[in-house]
Order: sequence, then C-alpha cells, then structure tokens
Amino acid sequence: MAPTTVRARRASRFPHLLVLPAVLLLAAFVVAPGAYALLLSFQRRKVNGGLLGGGTHTVFAGLANYRDVFGDADLWSGVLRMLALGAITVPATVLFALLFAVLLDLEGTRLRRFTRLTIFLPYAVPGVIASLMWGFLYLPATSPIGGDRVDFFGRVAVYFSVGNVVVWGAVGFNMIVIYTALRALPPELHESARLDGAGEWQIVLRVKVPLVMPAVVMCPLFSTLAALQVFNEPNTLKPLSNAVTSTWVPLMAIYDEAFGNSDIHSAAATSVVLAAAALAVSFLTARLIQSRIQQEAQ
Amino acid sequence: MAVLLTAGLLLAASACGGGGSSDASGAKGGTGGGKGKVTLTFWDWDPNMDKVVARWNAGHPGIQVKLSNPAGGDQLVAKMITAHEAKNGPDIAKVEYQSLPALVSKGVVRDITGFTKDTVTRFDQATLRATVFQGKVYGVPQDVAPLMLFYRADLFRKYGLTVPTTWDQFAATARAVRAKAPTSWLTNFDAADPGWFTGLAQQAGADWWSADGDSWKVDIDGAPTRKVAAYWQGLVGAGAVAKNPSFSPQWNKQMNDGTLLAWISGAWAPAQLGGIAPATKGEWAVAPLPAWTAGDPTTGIWGGSATTVTSDSHHPAEAAQFASWLNTDDAAVTEQVKQINVYPAATSGRSLPVLQAAPAFFPNEPDFYAEVKKVAPAARSFPMWGPNVTVTFTGYTDAFSRALQSGGSFTGALGGMQTAAVADLEKLGFTVG
Repeated sequence: MAPTTVRARRASRFPHLLVLPAVLLLAAFVVAPGAYALLLSFQRRKVNGGLLGGGTHTVFAGLANYRDVFGDADLWSGVLRMLALGAITVPATVLFALLFAVLLDLEGTRLRRFTRLTIFLPYAVPGVIASLMWGFLYLPATSPIGGDRVDFFGRVAVYFSVGNVVVWGAVGFNMIVIYTALRALPPELHESARLDGAGEWQIVLRVKVPLVMPAVVMCPLFSTLAALQVFNEPNTLKPLSNAVTSTWVPLMAIYDEAFGNSDIHSAAATSVVLAAAALAVSFLTARLIQSRIQQEAQ
Repeated sequence: MAVLLTAGLLLAASACGGGGSSDASGAKGGTGGGKGKVTLTFWDWDPNMDKVVARWNAGHPGIQVKLSNPAGGDQLVAKMITAHEAKNGPDIAKVEYQSLPALVSKGVVRDITGFTKDTVTRFDQATLRATVFQGKVYGVPQDVAPLMLFYRADLFRKYGLTVPTTWDQFAATARAVRAKAPTSWLTNFDAADPGWFTGLAQQAGADWWSADGDSWKVDIDGAPTRKVAAYWQGLVGAGAVAKNPSFSPQWNKQMNDGTLLAWISGAWAPAQLGGIAPATKGEWAVAPLPAWTAGDPTTGIWGGSATTVTSDSHHPAEAAQFASWLNTDDAAVTEQVKQINVYPAATSGRSLPVLQAAPAFFPNEPDFYAEVKKVAPAARSFPMWGPNVTVTFTGYTDAFSRALQSGGSFTGALGGMQTAAVADLEKLGFTVG
C-alpha cells in the first residue's frame, strides 16, 4: 500500500511543476498588472491647490472613473467603430483563409509550397510596418493602386482600408490552421468519395470542410479576439489623413489617456471595463463553439 | 488578455519610467555636497545638441553634462512625468512652452528663481512670460518662433502672384492659385498639428487660458478664435485650400513637387524644410504673417522651448547654471543657431553675427533672421499656457479632423474643445473662474 501512495503523490506533484512556469508568468505579467490596474482605476490624481497646482496627490475616487468611462460618448463611438471593423475583418479573414486552404489542398495545385509561404508571409510582417506600407499605397500622392481616383480614407472606405491591413496580416496564420487540418485528413476519405462519383467541389463542400470544421471554428475566435484589440493599424494610419481620430477604437482611447494626457487612472478604468468585456466575449464565443462541435459530433 | 497586458504596460511605464540616469544618480548619492565632479543628465531632442554640450563639457571639468535623447516633444513630457514617479528623471530637460505649466503643476519641474537672478535680465518681458509664473522662474527660454508666411518665390513669380499682406489678400491668392494651376493649392488646412492654428488664434487676440488670481479662465470658444475658424472654414468650403494633414508622406510630396505653394510656420521652418522638401532648396522666401487689418504687425507663435531643471535633480544650482549658459552665453547661442537653427530667446542672442548669414536651406534669403527679428517683438502668445494643453490639442486634432472629414462646422468644433478643457481642469482639481 505505502509505496503506491508515495508514487502516486510524487506523480501528482510532477504536473504541477510542469505548469509552474506558465502560472508564474501569468501571475507576473497578467494577474499582477491586472490587479494593479484595478487598484489604479479606483484612484484619481488631484492637484494640491493654487493656480499652478503645486504638485499632485492621489485620492480614492470610488467609482468616479467608471462613471466617466460609461458616460464617455467618444469611447462608445469607438466601440461601435471597433464592432464595424470586426464585422468586416472576422468574416473576411475566415473566408479567405478557408478559400486559400482549400485551394492549396486541391490535387492539381501547383507551386504549393511557394504559394503557401507567400500567403503566410504577411503574418510575419509587424502590424506597424504593414500599416505604413499600406498607408503609402492608399495616399493619393504616393499611391500606385489608384489612390488619386479613389479616396481610401473616405468616411466609409476607411473601415475597409483599415480592415484590409488587418485581414492581409491575419489570413496567412488562419489559412495554415485550416490547411494543416485538411492535410491531416486520411486520403481514403476523398478517394472513396471520388469513387462514389463526387466532383472536386462536392468533395470540398461535403467531405473536407465539414471534417475540418473544428479547426475552422477556431479562426473566428482568434479573429474576434484580435478585432477587440485592434490598435496598431488605425494608430499608424492616423497621421496620414483626417479619417482616424485619437479615440477611433477603444485601445487608442486608452493609449491617449495614459500617454497623451498622462491620466493613468482613467486609462486603467477603461482598460478594466474593456478587459472584462473581452473576457466575456471570448468566454461566450468559446462556449458557443464548443457546443456547436459537440452537437456536430452527436 | 492583451487589454490586461496594456494595463501591464501602464504599470511598467509608471514603475520604471524613462530609465536612464544611472550616472547622475551615482553622482547624486555619492559626493554629499563635496567639491567632487558632478554629472548632470540632460534630456533634449535637438539634432546636433551634442556639439553644443561638448563645448560646455570642455570648459567645465567639474560639471559634466551627459546628453540623452529618449524622445521628443509631447512624448518627452510623458517620459518626464513617469520618470518623476519613479524618481529617476534627468537633471535638465528641454520642455516646449505649452507643456511647462503642466509639468509645474505635476511637480516635475523645479522653481529656479534663486539660481537665475542675473539670467532673467537677459530676456525681454514677453519672452519671460512663457517661463515665469506668479513671479517664479521655471525655465530658461531657449528659442522663440514667431509665426510667419513661407512661400515658394519661384512659383509665385511663375503664376504672377503677389505676396499677401492681409488675410483678405491671402484668400484671394488662394483662389487665384486654384484658377491658374488647378492641381496646386496655396496651402493646406492642417487639422493634425494644433500648433499653427493656436498661433493664428493668438494673432487674432485669443486668450485660450489666462490666470485670475488662483483661478483659471478658459476662452477657447471666444470671438477671436471663432473669427479664425470661420475664415478657414470659408476657404476649405470654397475648395481654395487643401485639407490633408501636414507632416505626412502625402504632404511632404506636395511640398516637394510644388503642389503646395506656401506654409504658415514658425521661424524654425528652414531647419525642417530640408527634410520635408529636399528638392526645393533656395526656392523659399519668408514674409510676415498676413494681418487682419492692413499694417498690423501682430503675429502668433508656434513652438519655442525652455531649458528646465527637474525637482528630482540633486544639483539644481549646477543644472540651472548650465541652463543659463546654454541660452545666454554668446558662444553657446551661436553654436545653437549654427547647429540647430534656433532663433534665440535671449535679447543679446538676437544681435549675434551668426544671424547675418542665411540659413543653409535658404541661401537666397540672407535677410532671413533680420525678417524674423522684425516680427518677433509683435509675436503674441497667450498670457499663459494652461496646465492641460494636451487635452485641448488632442481635442483640436479630433474635432477639426472630424469636421473636415464629414463637412462639420469649425466653430462648432471649438465649443467641444472649450467644454473638454474646462471639464479636465475641474477634474484635476483646478479652480476655473
């Protein structure tokens, strides 16, 4: 009896050790800063008095910062713009990723490695660089793609221009996820489908896509999370036109509060609200996807 | 998760600040008031400032200045604030005039009245208003930058245009350019950088901020600024000026290829134009800013900075000594004119022989600094910059960009800026009258 218990205990301690680095990193870089941000969000900075303030002190502000967050019309317009942008980028990323993955997986596709790398490459380009590059392509004076005839920074066009940079960067990664799943399918499946007389597109739509659905549904999850955090693209395109304001999307508003206006307390409150919303959205999306997969499995 | 990470960045930023002055803190802790060597750190983003600092270091073996350039303009202000929180700021820092009251209110910049009794006598009262608040000196002025009209002399000749001296003439010239060269514009209305618009409001007589005892008066939405906004709205509405932002790749190209014929800018423009429009060397000329009533020499300012001593410095006397030397010593100022193209703030600096030469990018304008000297006494700033200028400046960029993008009203944009500025002052605990 005794040795078994010891071995079991030893065995049960080992997994804890394995997750320890991850837990420590999470605690140091997510939980601790998050807790500090929470603390900051209940505080406010006040000047000591007189015309020039004479230095500042920190006071407990209760929920005042949160009241400001919920009353900030600019922030909520930013949320709407973020949603509009997400409505473009999420479906476009998933559809293009699926399309490219399926095309690459087709029997007769040539230059497969090269094409795959080409589609994946933009993912390796940092968002700021990609945005600068596209910015030059959009601006009338420097545009080789008709920026002098089309206003890429028009009131509606700007959403597609920003969305395009996001999708351009994200498709490659999502494509690889789906493509890997496609390559993992046993070849007997479409061979037998072909023997049964199914055409290439029927195989794609009726056999391959349904089978890789668990991988495909991961893509909207990733893309939705990315959409909630969109910052680099609009922030880099901002100085190029009049289309993007400093509060265009919520993360830009937070950045401006923290580093433009040096108000880390408001920035912390907005961050906490946004983080809570992002957690809720990702939790719900994950649950939704899980139940879909279970349903399909049944 | 990345939102939490953003929060993490905030933490990191407030905890470790700009970093960077380990030498200084060594000197701070060590010598304990003895006669040993003092090392001061100096944050400044002027190109070639190292050459000026080298001159000081050669002559002052006991007080060595270590220059670093962690960021420029507003970003340096943010860095100074976080470094102050972490108590590892520099000893000396360059601060733009409009940011100085904010840094004073946060306790980042030190009162150096006691160290600058002689220094202040080297400046005129108008210049000192930017760094002396309620009788206390918070910085030594480095340069002044009156707003002027820079124009392409060659293209003005080509299209047969005369240089406008009033805003009415300026509007007529803008329309004439459109008629004579339909792909060109006289200038652009820049919604991105508030500096020039603020200068225009100053010229028109606006006092966006002023002090009344211990309370602030905010008047962004007043009649003078409304006049300026309505004037430009008219030009934009009539299609007489371009409406893309300045300092963008698009604008650089327009400035370089002659699509834009003029630029309303500070006296520092010759130093910038070389990078903006390298193909136009020797083609620019300068004129006084057009006036609202013919013959009125009043202009505004765009930019200008002071050298400040931080409240974290352990050697404020030595730091103030350097700040005074940098901006009043003839050799130091000459070097700055040569290397950085500043127009000196010190009264004696404005008569230096170096100012008789043309700026490198304006070889055709030997009288450039004489022109600046002529308009400088009539350059009018606000009585005082408010302690929350960033809110107003961001408000300008956002509101005017929006108005340009969707055809909204410029004067309406001013109302939003006014409300936001007052609300922010009150939130910080200032009294607003």
